[in-house]
Amino acid sequence: MSADLTELYQQVILDHNRRPRNRGRLPTANRVAHGDNPSCGDQCSVYLRLEGDRIADISFDGSGCAISQASSSLMTTQLKGKSAAEAESLYREFHAIVTTGNAPEEISDLAAFAGVHAFPARIKCATLGWHAALNALKGDAVPATTESHTD
Amino acid sequence: MPSWNSVRADFPTLHQLVNGKPLVYLDNAATTQKPQAVIDVLSRFYECDNANVHRGLHALSMRATDAYEGARARVARFVNAAAPEEIIFTRGTTESLNLVAASWGGANLKAGDVILLTEMEHHSNLVPWQLLAARTGAKLRYLPVTGDDGRLDLSQLDELLTAEVKVFAFTHLSNTLGTINPVAELCARAKRAGVVTVVDAAQSVGHLPIDVQALGCDFLAFSGHKMAAPTGIGVLYGRRVLLDAMPPWQGGGGMIAHVDFFESRWKPSPERFEAGTPNFGDAVALGAACDYLDALGRDQIRRHDGRLAQLAYEKLGALPGIRLLGPPDGERGGLVSFALRDVHAHDVVTFADRDGIALRGGHHCNQPLMKKLGLTGTARASFYLYNTEEEVDLLVGSLLGIQKFFG
Repeated sequence: MSADLTELYQQVILDHNRRPRNRGRLPTANRVAHGDNPSCGDQCSVYLRLEGDRIADISFDGSGCAISQASSSLMTTQLKGKSAAEAESLYREFHAIVTTGNAPEEISDLAAFAGVHAFPARIKCATLGWHAALNALKGDAVPATTESHTD
Repeated sequence: MPSWNSVRADFPTLHQLVNGKPLVYLDNAATTQKPQAVIDVLSRFYECDNANVHRGLHALSMRATDAYEGARARVARFVNAAAPEEIIFTRGTTESLNLVAASWGGANLKAGDVILLTEMEHHSNLVPWQLLAARTGAKLRYLPVTGDDGRLDLSQLDELLTAEVKVFAFTHLSNTLGTINPVAELCARAKRAGVVTVVDAAQSVGHLPIDVQALGCDFLAFSGHKMAAPTGIGVLYGRRVLLDAMPPWQGGGGMIAHVDFFESRWKPSPERFEAGTPNFGDAVALGAACDYLDALGRDQIRRHDGRLAQLAYEKLGALPGIRLLGPPDGERGGLVSFALRDVHAHDVVTFADRDGIALRGGHHCNQPLMKKLGLTGTARASFYLYNTEEEVDLLVGSLLGIQKFFG
Protein backbone atom coordinates (compact mmCIF):
# COMPACT_ATOMS: atom_id res chain seq x y z
CA MET A 1 0.00 0.00 0.00
CA SER A 2 1.56 3.29 -1.06
CA ALA A 3 2.15 6.00 1.53
CA ASP A 4 -0.09 8.63 -0.07
CA LEU A 5 -2.98 6.14 -0.18
CA THR A 6 -2.77 5.43 3.53
CA GLU A 7 -2.51 9.20 3.97
CA LEU A 8 -5.72 9.61 1.93
CA TYR A 9 -7.68 6.80 3.53
CA GLN A 10 -6.98 7.61 7.18
CA GLN A 11 -8.56 5.52 9.94
CA VAL A 12 -10.93 8.38 10.76
CA ILE A 13 -12.16 8.38 7.17
CA LEU A 14 -12.52 4.60 6.98
CA ASP A 15 -14.39 4.65 10.26
CA HIS A 16 -16.86 7.34 9.14
CA ASN A 17 -17.30 5.52 5.82
CA ARG A 18 -18.09 2.26 7.60
CA ARG A 19 -20.24 3.76 10.32
CA PRO A 20 -21.60 7.06 9.04
CA ARG A 21 -22.88 9.44 11.74
CA ASN A 22 -26.16 11.35 11.40
CA ARG A 23 -27.09 9.51 8.28
CA GLY A 24 -30.65 9.54 7.00
CA ARG A 25 -33.42 12.05 6.58
CA LEU A 26 -33.91 14.39 9.56
CA PRO A 27 -37.66 14.42 10.27
CA THR A 28 -37.51 17.78 12.05
CA ALA A 29 -35.46 19.52 9.33
CA ASN A 30 -36.55 22.98 8.22
CA ARG A 31 -33.85 23.34 5.59
CA VAL A 32 -32.65 20.87 3.00
CA ALA A 33 -30.27 21.07 0.07
CA HIS A 34 -29.11 18.54 -2.43
CA GLY A 35 -25.64 18.30 -3.93
CA ASP A 36 -24.46 16.24 -6.83
CA ASN A 37 -21.32 15.60 -8.73
CA PRO A 38 -22.41 15.08 -12.34
CA SER A 39 -19.10 13.70 -13.52
CA CYS A 40 -19.13 10.76 -11.11
CA GLY A 41 -22.73 10.50 -9.97
CA ASP A 42 -22.10 11.13 -6.26
CA GLN A 43 -25.12 12.54 -4.47
CA CYS A 44 -25.62 14.09 -1.08
CA SER A 45 -28.61 15.64 0.65
CA VAL A 46 -28.10 17.66 3.81
CA TYR A 47 -30.94 18.26 6.27
CA LEU A 48 -30.78 21.04 8.85
CA ARG A 49 -32.93 22.17 11.71
CA LEU A 50 -32.08 25.79 12.15
CA GLU A 51 -33.09 27.42 15.40
CA GLY A 52 -32.43 31.11 15.01
CA ASP A 53 -29.00 31.29 13.51
CA ARG A 54 -27.87 28.01 15.01
CA ILE A 55 -27.75 24.50 13.51
CA ALA A 56 -29.73 22.62 16.16
CA ASP A 57 -29.58 19.36 14.27
CA ILE A 58 -28.13 18.07 11.03
CA SER A 59 -28.08 14.89 8.96
CA PHE A 60 -27.06 13.76 5.51
CA ASP A 61 -28.07 11.14 3.02
CA GLY A 62 -26.81 10.00 -0.34
CA SER A 63 -24.32 7.80 -2.06
CA GLY A 64 -20.75 8.11 -3.10
CA CYS A 65 -17.15 7.11 -2.50
CA ALA A 66 -15.52 6.68 0.90
CA ILE A 67 -14.14 10.21 0.77
CA SER A 68 -17.49 11.88 0.09
CA GLN A 69 -19.39 9.72 2.58
CA ALA A 70 -16.85 10.13 5.37
CA SER A 71 -16.53 13.84 4.73
CA SER A 72 -20.30 14.37 4.91
CA SER A 73 -20.52 12.24 8.04
CA LEU A 74 -17.69 14.04 9.80
CA MET A 75 -19.07 17.38 8.71
CA THR A 76 -22.38 16.70 10.46
CA THR A 77 -20.55 16.05 13.72
CA GLN A 78 -18.62 19.32 13.34
CA LEU A 79 -21.52 21.56 12.34
CA LYS A 80 -24.01 20.61 15.01
CA GLY A 81 -24.49 23.62 17.29
CA LYS A 82 -22.62 26.02 15.04
CA SER A 83 -23.93 29.33 13.70
CA ALA A 84 -24.09 29.98 9.96
CA ALA A 85 -21.02 32.22 10.17
CA GLU A 86 -19.08 29.60 12.15
CA ALA A 87 -20.07 26.94 9.62
CA GLU A 88 -18.77 29.04 6.74
CA SER A 89 -15.54 29.75 8.52
CA LEU A 90 -15.10 26.04 9.26
CA TYR A 91 -15.69 25.24 5.61
CA ARG A 92 -12.99 27.73 4.59
CA GLU A 93 -10.55 25.97 6.92
CA PHE A 94 -11.60 22.56 5.60
CA HIS A 95 -11.21 23.74 2.01
CA ALA A 96 -7.70 24.98 2.81
CA ILE A 97 -6.85 21.59 4.32
CA VAL A 98 -7.98 19.55 1.32
CA THR A 99 -6.39 21.86 -1.23
CA THR A 100 -3.05 22.51 0.53
CA GLY A 101 -2.60 19.46 2.74
CA ASN A 102 -1.75 21.74 5.68
CA ALA A 103 -3.93 21.38 8.74
CA PRO A 104 -3.68 23.50 11.89
CA GLU A 105 -3.30 21.20 14.89
CA GLU A 106 -6.34 22.45 16.78
CA ILE A 107 -8.72 21.56 13.97
CA SER A 108 -9.52 18.03 15.16
CA ASP A 109 -10.68 15.22 12.91
CA LEU A 110 -11.03 17.40 9.83
CA ALA A 111 -7.25 17.21 9.56
CA ALA A 112 -7.72 13.59 8.47
CA PHE A 113 -8.65 14.96 5.05
CA ALA A 114 -5.25 16.57 4.47
CA GLY A 115 -4.27 13.58 2.30
CA VAL A 116 -6.90 14.55 -0.27
CA HIS A 117 -4.70 17.34 -1.61
CA ALA A 118 -2.44 14.76 -3.28
CA PHE A 119 -5.48 13.55 -5.28
CA PRO A 120 -6.86 16.67 -6.99
CA ALA A 121 -9.63 14.67 -8.70
CA ARG A 122 -11.00 13.75 -5.25
CA ILE A 123 -11.22 17.27 -3.75
CA LYS A 124 -14.75 17.61 -5.08
CA CYS A 125 -15.68 14.37 -3.32
CA ALA A 126 -14.53 15.82 0.00
CA THR A 127 -16.39 19.11 -0.47
CA LEU A 128 -19.70 17.83 -1.88
CA GLY A 129 -21.50 17.56 1.46
CA TRP A 130 -20.17 20.92 2.58
CA HIS A 131 -21.51 22.65 -0.52
CA ALA A 132 -24.92 21.14 0.15
CA ALA A 133 -24.80 22.21 3.82
CA LEU A 134 -23.86 25.80 2.98
CA ASN A 135 -26.64 25.95 0.39
CA ALA A 136 -29.09 24.62 2.95
CA LEU A 137 -27.98 27.35 5.35
CA LYS A 138 -28.58 29.99 2.70
CA GLY A 139 -32.02 28.51 2.12
CA ASP A 140 -30.86 27.99 -1.41
CA ALA A 141 -33.28 25.75 -3.26
CA VAL A 142 -30.88 25.24 -6.14
CA PRO A 143 -28.99 21.92 -5.95
CA ALA A 144 -25.32 22.30 -5.17
CA THR A 145 -23.11 20.97 -7.91
CA THR A 146 -19.40 20.57 -7.62
CA GLU A 147 -19.07 21.51 -11.29
CA SER A 148 -19.95 25.12 -10.57
CA HIS A 149 -17.48 25.52 -7.74
CA THR A 150 -13.82 26.21 -8.08
CA ASP A 151 -12.44 23.66 -5.66
CA MET B 1 -2.70 -15.64 -35.35
CA PRO B 2 -0.97 -12.33 -34.51
CA SER B 3 1.79 -12.38 -31.93
CA TRP B 4 0.07 -10.32 -29.27
CA ASN B 5 3.27 -9.59 -27.38
CA SER B 6 4.87 -8.00 -30.43
CA VAL B 7 1.68 -5.96 -30.86
CA ARG B 8 2.43 -4.25 -27.54
CA ALA B 9 5.64 -2.88 -28.99
CA ASP B 10 3.57 -0.95 -31.55
CA PHE B 11 2.04 1.26 -28.84
CA PRO B 12 4.49 3.76 -27.33
CA THR B 13 2.14 4.91 -24.53
CA LEU B 14 2.08 1.47 -22.95
CA HIS B 15 5.75 1.48 -22.10
CA GLN B 16 5.89 3.68 -19.05
CA LEU B 17 5.69 3.52 -15.28
CA VAL B 18 2.64 4.95 -13.52
CA ASN B 19 3.05 5.52 -9.80
CA GLY B 20 6.20 3.46 -10.02
CA LYS B 21 4.46 0.46 -11.61
CA PRO B 22 4.31 -0.64 -15.24
CA LEU B 23 1.18 0.84 -16.79
CA VAL B 24 -1.72 -1.61 -17.08
CA TYR B 25 -4.12 0.21 -19.38
CA LEU B 26 -7.64 -1.17 -18.91
CA ASP B 27 -9.65 1.90 -19.92
CA ASN B 28 -9.98 1.08 -23.59
CA ALA B 29 -13.74 1.54 -23.71
CA ALA B 30 -13.08 5.21 -22.91
CA THR B 31 -10.31 5.55 -25.46
CA THR B 32 -7.67 3.25 -26.90
CA GLN B 33 -3.96 3.91 -27.25
CA LYS B 34 -2.53 4.64 -30.70
CA PRO B 35 -0.01 2.51 -32.59
CA GLN B 36 3.16 4.17 -33.90
CA ALA B 37 1.97 3.47 -37.47
CA VAL B 38 -1.05 5.74 -36.96
CA ILE B 39 0.97 8.44 -35.19
CA ASP B 40 3.47 8.36 -38.08
CA VAL B 41 0.78 8.76 -40.75
CA LEU B 42 -0.67 11.72 -38.84
CA SER B 43 2.76 13.38 -38.47
CA ARG B 44 3.67 12.69 -42.07
CA PHE B 45 0.45 14.25 -43.31
CA TYR B 46 1.22 17.49 -41.47
CA GLU B 47 4.89 17.36 -42.46
CA CYS B 48 4.33 16.70 -46.18
CA ASP B 49 0.77 16.97 -47.48
CA ASN B 50 -1.12 19.53 -45.42
CA ALA B 51 -3.42 21.85 -47.37
CA ASN B 52 -7.14 22.47 -47.33
CA VAL B 53 -9.09 19.81 -49.19
CA HIS B 54 -11.46 20.22 -52.16
CA ARG B 55 -11.69 23.44 -54.17
CA GLY B 56 -7.88 23.71 -54.22
CA LEU B 57 -6.13 23.59 -57.57
CA HIS B 58 -2.57 23.39 -56.30
CA ALA B 59 -0.50 20.27 -55.77
CA LEU B 60 -0.73 20.04 -51.99
CA SER B 61 -4.47 20.62 -51.95
CA MET B 62 -4.94 17.89 -54.52
CA ARG B 63 -2.71 15.56 -52.53
CA ALA B 64 -4.60 16.31 -49.31
CA THR B 65 -7.92 15.79 -51.10
CA ASP B 66 -6.76 12.46 -52.43
CA ALA B 67 -5.65 11.41 -48.95
CA TYR B 68 -8.94 12.55 -47.39
CA GLU B 69 -11.13 10.87 -50.00
CA GLY B 70 -8.86 7.83 -49.85
CA ALA B 71 -9.56 7.63 -46.13
CA ARG B 72 -13.28 7.78 -46.85
CA ALA B 73 -12.99 4.88 -49.28
CA ARG B 74 -10.87 2.99 -46.73
CA VAL B 75 -13.48 3.46 -44.00
CA ALA B 76 -16.21 2.38 -46.43
CA ARG B 77 -14.28 -0.88 -46.96
CA PHE B 78 -13.73 -1.20 -43.21
CA VAL B 79 -17.49 -1.49 -42.59
CA ASN B 80 -18.37 -2.78 -46.07
CA ALA B 81 -20.50 0.21 -47.08
CA ALA B 82 -21.84 0.02 -50.64
CA ALA B 83 -20.02 3.25 -51.61
CA PRO B 84 -17.67 5.85 -50.11
CA GLU B 85 -20.49 8.42 -50.42
CA GLU B 86 -22.24 6.58 -47.58
CA ILE B 87 -19.43 7.59 -45.18
CA ILE B 88 -19.74 11.00 -43.52
CA PHE B 89 -16.88 12.23 -41.38
CA THR B 90 -17.89 13.76 -38.06
CA ARG B 91 -16.18 14.59 -34.76
CA GLY B 92 -17.19 11.26 -33.26
CA THR B 93 -20.07 8.96 -32.38
CA THR B 94 -21.89 11.67 -30.43
CA GLU B 95 -21.87 14.06 -33.38
CA SER B 96 -22.89 11.26 -35.76
CA LEU B 97 -25.90 10.39 -33.62
CA ASN B 98 -26.85 14.05 -33.25
CA LEU B 99 -26.62 14.40 -37.03
CA VAL B 100 -29.06 11.52 -37.61
CA ALA B 101 -31.45 12.71 -34.93
CA ALA B 102 -31.40 16.34 -36.10
CA SER B 103 -31.41 15.83 -39.87
CA TRP B 104 -33.19 12.54 -40.54
CA GLY B 105 -35.27 12.80 -37.36
CA GLY B 106 -36.17 16.45 -37.90
CA ALA B 107 -37.39 15.70 -41.44
CA ASN B 108 -39.23 12.46 -40.68
CA LEU B 109 -40.71 12.63 -37.18
CA LYS B 110 -43.86 14.37 -36.04
CA ALA B 111 -46.00 14.55 -32.92
CA GLY B 112 -47.30 11.14 -31.92
CA ASP B 113 -44.46 9.21 -33.55
CA VAL B 114 -42.37 6.97 -31.34
CA ILE B 115 -38.59 6.68 -31.00
CA LEU B 116 -37.61 3.24 -29.72
CA LEU B 117 -34.38 3.03 -27.70
CA THR B 118 -33.02 0.45 -25.27
CA GLU B 119 -32.34 0.81 -21.56
CA MET B 120 -28.62 0.23 -22.12
CA GLU B 121 -27.93 3.28 -24.29
CA HIS B 122 -25.04 5.62 -23.60
CA HIS B 123 -26.19 9.20 -22.95
CA SER B 124 -25.00 10.02 -26.48
CA ASN B 125 -27.64 7.70 -27.97
CA LEU B 126 -30.29 8.95 -25.60
CA VAL B 127 -30.06 12.71 -25.17
CA PRO B 128 -30.12 13.55 -28.94
CA TRP B 129 -33.38 11.59 -29.17
CA GLN B 130 -34.78 13.36 -26.12
CA LEU B 131 -33.96 16.68 -27.82
CA LEU B 132 -35.66 15.47 -31.00
CA ALA B 133 -38.71 14.31 -29.04
CA ALA B 134 -38.97 17.70 -27.35
CA ARG B 135 -38.75 19.45 -30.71
CA THR B 136 -41.21 17.28 -32.63
CA GLY B 137 -43.61 16.00 -30.00
CA ALA B 138 -42.50 12.42 -30.66
CA LYS B 139 -42.43 10.01 -27.72
CA LEU B 140 -39.61 7.85 -26.37
CA ARG B 141 -40.06 4.16 -25.68
CA TYR B 142 -37.56 1.65 -24.28
CA LEU B 143 -36.76 -1.98 -24.90
CA PRO B 144 -35.95 -3.24 -21.38
CA VAL B 145 -32.72 -4.77 -20.11
CA THR B 146 -33.40 -8.03 -18.28
CA GLY B 147 -31.19 -7.38 -15.23
CA ASP B 148 -27.58 -7.89 -14.16
CA ASP B 149 -27.04 -10.35 -17.02
CA GLY B 150 -27.42 -7.34 -19.28
CA ARG B 151 -29.47 -8.73 -22.11
CA LEU B 152 -32.17 -6.98 -24.08
CA ASP B 153 -35.59 -8.49 -23.51
CA LEU B 154 -36.13 -9.53 -27.12
CA SER B 155 -39.44 -11.17 -26.24
CA GLN B 156 -40.92 -7.67 -25.96
CA LEU B 157 -39.46 -6.27 -29.18
CA ASP B 158 -42.20 -7.12 -31.65
CA GLU B 159 -44.98 -5.72 -29.49
CA LEU B 160 -42.98 -2.53 -28.90
CA LEU B 161 -42.48 -2.08 -32.66
CA THR B 162 -45.96 -0.63 -33.19
CA ALA B 163 -47.03 1.40 -36.21
CA GLU B 164 -46.11 4.67 -34.42
CA VAL B 165 -42.44 3.67 -34.15
CA LYS B 166 -40.36 5.41 -36.81
CA VAL B 167 -36.84 4.72 -35.61
CA PHE B 168 -35.06 2.17 -33.42
CA ALA B 169 -31.66 3.27 -32.09
CA PHE B 170 -29.52 0.85 -30.11
CA THR B 171 -25.97 0.03 -29.17
CA HIS B 172 -24.03 -2.80 -30.77
CA LEU B 173 -21.84 -3.35 -27.70
CA SER B 174 -22.80 -1.86 -24.34
CA ASN B 175 -20.05 0.25 -22.77
CA THR B 176 -21.43 -0.54 -19.32
CA LEU B 177 -22.52 -4.16 -19.55
CA GLY B 178 -20.23 -5.53 -22.23
CA THR B 179 -23.23 -7.10 -23.96
CA ILE B 180 -22.97 -7.69 -27.70
CA ASN B 181 -26.46 -7.22 -29.08
CA PRO B 182 -27.75 -9.30 -32.01
CA VAL B 183 -27.70 -6.36 -34.44
CA ALA B 184 -28.70 -8.32 -37.56
CA GLU B 185 -31.73 -9.78 -35.80
CA LEU B 186 -32.77 -6.42 -34.31
CA CYS B 187 -32.44 -4.73 -37.71
CA ALA B 188 -34.40 -7.49 -39.46
CA ARG B 189 -37.25 -7.27 -36.97
CA ALA B 190 -37.29 -3.47 -37.20
CA LYS B 191 -37.26 -3.63 -40.98
CA ARG B 192 -40.26 -5.94 -41.02
CA ALA B 193 -42.07 -3.26 -39.04
CA GLY B 194 -40.92 -0.55 -41.46
CA VAL B 195 -38.70 1.06 -38.81
CA VAL B 196 -35.39 2.82 -39.56
CA THR B 197 -32.42 1.50 -37.54
CA VAL B 198 -29.54 3.47 -36.00
CA VAL B 199 -26.64 1.46 -34.54
CA ASP B 200 -24.18 2.93 -32.02
CA ALA B 201 -21.00 1.01 -32.91
CA ALA B 202 -18.59 3.09 -30.79
CA GLN B 203 -17.55 0.07 -28.70
CA SER B 204 -17.66 -2.55 -31.42
CA VAL B 205 -16.18 -1.26 -34.65
CA GLY B 206 -12.54 -1.53 -33.59
CA HIS B 207 -13.09 -4.84 -31.79
CA LEU B 208 -14.96 -7.10 -34.19
CA PRO B 209 -15.72 -7.41 -37.90
CA ILE B 210 -18.57 -5.18 -39.08
CA ASP B 211 -20.42 -5.44 -42.36
CA VAL B 212 -23.20 -2.86 -42.51
CA GLN B 213 -24.84 -4.58 -45.46
CA ALA B 214 -24.92 -7.95 -43.70
CA LEU B 215 -26.20 -6.30 -40.49
CA GLY B 216 -28.92 -4.58 -42.49
CA CYS B 217 -28.76 -1.31 -40.53
CA ASP B 218 -29.77 2.07 -41.98
CA PHE B 219 -27.29 4.16 -39.99
CA LEU B 220 -24.19 3.24 -37.99
CA ALA B 221 -22.09 5.63 -35.89
CA PHE B 222 -18.59 5.31 -34.48
CA SER B 223 -15.52 7.20 -33.26
CA GLY B 224 -11.91 6.96 -34.38
CA HIS B 225 -10.38 7.28 -30.94
CA LYS B 226 -11.88 4.03 -29.64
CA MET B 227 -10.26 2.13 -32.53
CA ALA B 228 -6.60 3.22 -32.37
CA ALA B 229 -7.15 6.46 -34.33
CA PRO B 230 -6.97 10.06 -33.09
CA THR B 231 -9.68 11.90 -31.18
CA GLY B 232 -11.88 14.37 -33.03
CA ILE B 233 -12.72 12.14 -35.98
CA GLY B 234 -15.73 9.88 -36.28
CA VAL B 235 -18.06 8.42 -38.85
CA LEU B 236 -21.70 8.26 -39.71
CA TYR B 237 -22.56 5.53 -42.16
CA GLY B 238 -25.95 5.96 -43.80
CA ARG B 239 -27.70 4.15 -46.63
CA ARG B 240 -27.42 6.31 -49.72
CA VAL B 241 -31.14 6.52 -50.39
CA LEU B 242 -31.76 7.87 -46.88
CA LEU B 243 -28.84 10.32 -46.93
CA ASP B 244 -29.92 11.77 -50.27
CA ALA B 245 -33.34 12.61 -48.88
CA MET B 246 -31.99 14.27 -45.71
CA PRO B 247 -31.64 18.03 -45.28
CA PRO B 248 -28.28 19.52 -44.24
CA TRP B 249 -27.81 19.89 -40.52
CA GLN B 250 -25.10 22.55 -40.58
CA GLY B 251 -24.58 25.18 -43.24
CA GLY B 252 -21.30 26.52 -44.52
CA GLY B 253 -18.61 26.11 -47.11
CA GLY B 254 -18.06 22.76 -48.75
CA MET B 255 -21.65 21.59 -48.58
CA ILE B 256 -23.27 23.89 -51.16
CA ALA B 257 -23.92 23.45 -54.86
CA HIS B 258 -25.01 27.05 -55.34
CA VAL B 259 -25.50 29.99 -53.00
CA ASP B 260 -27.62 33.05 -53.62
CA PHE B 261 -28.39 35.88 -51.23
CA PHE B 262 -31.71 34.33 -50.28
CA GLU B 263 -31.41 30.63 -50.97
CA SER B 264 -28.92 27.87 -51.63
CA ARG B 265 -28.78 24.38 -53.04
CA TRP B 266 -26.88 21.53 -51.47
CA LYS B 267 -24.37 19.04 -52.70
CA PRO B 268 -25.24 15.37 -52.35
CA SER B 269 -23.89 13.20 -49.53
CA PRO B 270 -21.30 13.15 -48.08
CA GLU B 271 -20.41 16.81 -48.71
CA ARG B 272 -23.92 17.95 -47.77
CA PHE B 273 -23.19 16.89 -44.19
CA GLU B 274 -19.63 18.18 -43.94
CA ALA B 275 -19.97 21.95 -43.74
CA GLY B 276 -16.74 23.84 -43.16
CA THR B 277 -13.17 22.60 -43.35
CA PRO B 278 -13.33 18.93 -42.39
CA ASN B 279 -10.89 17.23 -40.04
CA PHE B 280 -8.88 15.73 -42.88
CA GLY B 281 -5.65 15.16 -40.93
CA ASP B 282 -7.35 12.89 -38.41
CA ALA B 283 -9.44 11.26 -41.15
CA VAL B 284 -6.23 10.20 -42.90
CA ALA B 285 -4.96 8.76 -39.61
CA LEU B 286 -8.29 6.94 -39.18
CA GLY B 287 -7.68 5.30 -42.54
CA ALA B 288 -4.28 4.17 -41.23
CA ALA B 289 -5.96 2.74 -38.12
CA CYS B 290 -8.30 0.71 -40.39
CA ASP B 291 -5.20 -0.68 -42.13
CA TYR B 292 -3.55 -1.48 -38.80
CA LEU B 293 -6.58 -3.30 -37.36
CA ASP B 294 -7.39 -5.20 -40.54
CA ALA B 295 -3.78 -6.38 -40.84
CA LEU B 296 -4.21 -8.04 -37.43
CA GLY B 297 -7.74 -9.15 -38.26
CA ARG B 298 -10.74 -7.96 -36.30
CA ASP B 299 -11.93 -11.54 -35.90
CA GLN B 300 -8.61 -12.18 -34.08
CA ILE B 301 -8.99 -9.00 -32.01
CA ARG B 302 -12.49 -10.08 -31.04
CA ARG B 303 -11.16 -13.48 -29.96
CA HIS B 304 -8.28 -11.88 -28.02
CA ASP B 305 -10.07 -9.20 -26.00
CA GLY B 306 -13.18 -11.34 -25.65
CA ARG B 307 -11.05 -14.09 -24.10
CA LEU B 308 -9.40 -11.61 -21.68
CA ALA B 309 -12.80 -10.27 -20.63
CA GLN B 310 -14.10 -13.80 -20.12
CA LEU B 311 -11.04 -14.65 -18.03
CA ALA B 312 -11.50 -11.48 -15.99
CA TYR B 313 -15.20 -12.27 -15.52
CA GLU B 314 -14.34 -15.71 -14.15
CA LYS B 315 -11.45 -14.60 -11.92
CA LEU B 316 -13.27 -11.54 -10.56
CA GLY B 317 -16.30 -13.73 -9.91
CA ALA B 318 -14.25 -15.60 -7.30
CA LEU B 319 -13.79 -12.45 -5.19
CA PRO B 320 -16.08 -12.17 -2.17
CA GLY B 321 -18.88 -9.59 -2.33
CA ILE B 322 -18.46 -8.75 -6.00
CA ARG B 323 -21.36 -8.05 -8.33
CA LEU B 324 -20.61 -8.60 -12.01
CA LEU B 325 -22.66 -7.05 -14.77
CA GLY B 326 -23.33 -8.31 -18.26
CA PRO B 327 -23.76 -11.70 -19.88
CA PRO B 328 -21.74 -14.54 -18.33
CA ASP B 329 -20.98 -16.15 -21.69
CA GLY B 330 -20.01 -15.56 -25.30
CA GLU B 331 -22.25 -12.55 -25.93
CA ARG B 332 -19.70 -10.47 -23.99
CA GLY B 333 -17.34 -8.03 -25.67
CA GLY B 334 -13.96 -7.03 -24.28
CA LEU B 335 -15.00 -5.46 -21.00
CA VAL B 336 -16.15 -6.31 -17.49
CA SER B 337 -18.10 -4.00 -15.22
CA PHE B 338 -18.29 -4.77 -11.51
CA ALA B 339 -19.27 -3.42 -8.11
CA LEU B 340 -17.61 -4.41 -4.84
CA ARG B 341 -20.07 -4.64 -1.96
CA ASP B 342 -18.14 -2.51 0.51
CA VAL B 343 -16.01 -0.31 -1.73
CA HIS B 344 -17.30 2.46 -3.97
CA ALA B 345 -16.14 2.43 -7.61
CA HIS B 346 -14.16 5.66 -7.22
CA ASP B 347 -12.20 4.26 -4.33
CA VAL B 348 -11.50 1.16 -6.43
CA VAL B 349 -10.21 3.31 -9.28
CA THR B 350 -8.00 5.42 -7.01
CA PHE B 351 -6.46 2.31 -5.42
CA ALA B 352 -5.95 0.54 -8.75
CA ASP B 353 -4.26 3.65 -10.14
CA ARG B 354 -1.66 3.43 -7.38
CA ASP B 355 -0.91 -0.05 -8.73
CA GLY B 356 -0.44 1.43 -12.20
CA ILE B 357 -3.82 0.08 -13.36
CA ALA B 358 -6.08 2.42 -15.34
CA LEU B 359 -9.78 1.62 -14.75
CA ARG B 360 -12.90 3.69 -15.05
CA GLY B 361 -15.46 4.09 -12.31
CA GLY B 362 -18.85 5.72 -12.17
CA HIS B 363 -22.07 5.65 -14.13
CA HIS B 364 -20.33 5.31 -17.54
CA CYS B 365 -22.74 7.82 -19.11
CA ASN B 366 -25.50 5.33 -18.36
CA GLN B 367 -27.33 6.89 -15.41
CA PRO B 368 -30.84 5.53 -16.14
CA LEU B 369 -29.53 1.96 -16.40
CA MET B 370 -27.54 2.33 -13.15
CA LYS B 371 -30.67 3.55 -11.42
CA LYS B 372 -32.69 0.62 -12.77
CA LEU B 373 -30.08 -1.86 -11.54
CA GLY B 374 -29.97 -0.12 -8.15
CA LEU B 375 -26.34 0.90 -8.56
CA THR B 376 -24.66 4.27 -8.14
CA GLY B 377 -21.77 3.20 -10.30
CA THR B 378 -19.42 0.40 -11.21
CA ALA B 379 -15.74 -0.02 -11.89
CA ARG B 380 -14.93 -1.17 -15.41
CA ALA B 381 -11.96 -2.99 -16.91
CA SER B 382 -11.97 -2.81 -20.70
CA PHE B 383 -9.48 -4.67 -22.86
CA TYR B 384 -7.93 -4.26 -26.25
CA LEU B 385 -5.52 -6.05 -28.54
CA TYR B 386 -2.44 -5.16 -26.48
CA ASN B 387 -3.69 -6.39 -23.11
CA THR B 388 -2.46 -9.65 -21.61
CA GLU B 389 -3.52 -12.43 -19.25
CA GLU B 390 -0.88 -11.21 -16.79
CA GLU B 391 -2.69 -7.89 -16.66
CA VAL B 392 -5.91 -9.68 -15.70
CA ASP B 393 -4.01 -11.25 -12.80
CA LEU B 394 -2.57 -7.87 -11.78
CA LEU B 395 -6.11 -6.48 -11.71
CA VAL B 396 -7.36 -9.32 -9.53
CA GLY B 397 -4.38 -8.88 -7.19
CA SER B 398 -5.02 -5.17 -6.89
CA LEU B 399 -8.70 -5.74 -6.09
CA LEU B 400 -7.77 -8.27 -3.40
CA GLY B 401 -5.56 -5.60 -1.83
CA ILE B 402 -8.40 -3.09 -1.96
CA GLN B 403 -10.83 -5.50 -0.31
CA LYS B 404 -8.29 -6.26 2.40
CA PHE B 405 -7.79 -2.56 3.09
CA PHE B 406 -11.50 -1.79 3.34
CA GLY B 407 -12.44 -5.17 4.89
